[in-house]
Amino acid sequence: MLTLLAAVTIGIVRARDLISVVVLLGAYSFLMASVMIVLDAVDVAMTEAAVGAGVSTVLMLGALYLTKTEEAKPVHSVLLPLFAAGATAAILIWATAEMPLFGAADVPVVLAGPDYIARSVPETGIANVVTSVLASYRGFDTLGEVVVVFTAGIGVLALLKRSSSGGPDDNAKV
Amino acid sequence: MRLDTVLRVAAKFVLPLMLLFALYVQFHGDYGPGGGFQAGVIAAASIILYALIYGLPAALRMVPTGVVETMVPLGVLIFATVGVVGMLTGGNFLFYSHLAHDQIHGQEWGVFLVEIGVFVTVFSTMLAIFYAFVGRASR
Repeated sequence: MLTLLAAVTIGIVRARDLISVVVLLGAYSFLMASVMIVLDAVDVAMTEAAVGAGVSTVLMLGALYLTKTEEAKPVHSVLLPLFAAGATAAILIWATAEMPLFGAADVPVVLAGPDYIARSVPETGIANVVTSVLASYRGFDTLGEVVVVFTAGIGVLALLKRSSSGGPDDNAKV
Repeated sequence: MRLDTVLRVAAKFVLPLMLLFALYVQFHGDYGPGGGFQAGVIAAASIILYALIYGLPAALRMVPTGVVETMVPLGVLIFATVGVVGMLTGGNFLFYSHLAHDQIHGQEWGVFLVEIGVFVTVFSTMLAIFYAFVGRASR
């Protein structure tokens, strides 16, 4: 499955027609959802399939309808973007050196897990520990996430609504 | 003869199941996988599918823009209100244990209400973004 993911990624990078890029991104999201199911993270897989493959594909196609579907020819040299991408990759790889080993026993994520599993049913009566951690023990984080979604929504509305209805900014130029 | 008859008939079968599955994911989140976020996304996806097949005006008749734009802040308000009620009943912000007569019921009520808040905001934000894009395209 990871091989398929790599193949789709190479396809996304090589494709010049943006509609096929969007379709490949949808395929990538479905593969990623399958990876999440293999890792027993069904919640994340549902989100990935619905948002990544479903809604965002539709939104990307909607955006493509408003613009051209062919990728523009680059006007600048590729050296600066190449340097920026290489530097970012180097920083990210350097940062992973500090990460604990995969599956190590003495990291907080492993130490706190059994605690929540033991506490969830007696304290909250909720059998699904993911739900009780998200909504109760870590409720403040979830409130932050909802505010992020809210901010994204009003941001898009503020950008698209104003420019389409011909607000005072458009009249000021005349 | 319309060429999209197959799509229209298939959508009529699929859409109720999608909405029902969204409700299942929402209210069964305590015991199975899922919760407000997943349910909101699935419900929004079903409305978007409806809009793609039956046209934007049909979807707007079912879920008008005004309703969607009211729901975006409403979900955050529901979530935050539950948190403040937790404070008023003598706990910290987002402390659910005093919402009902005992701790277990309080927690279940708190999680239930909070998940509804998440659902409302996620569902309406997805739809608001979709409406904003498609509204420009059809202009």
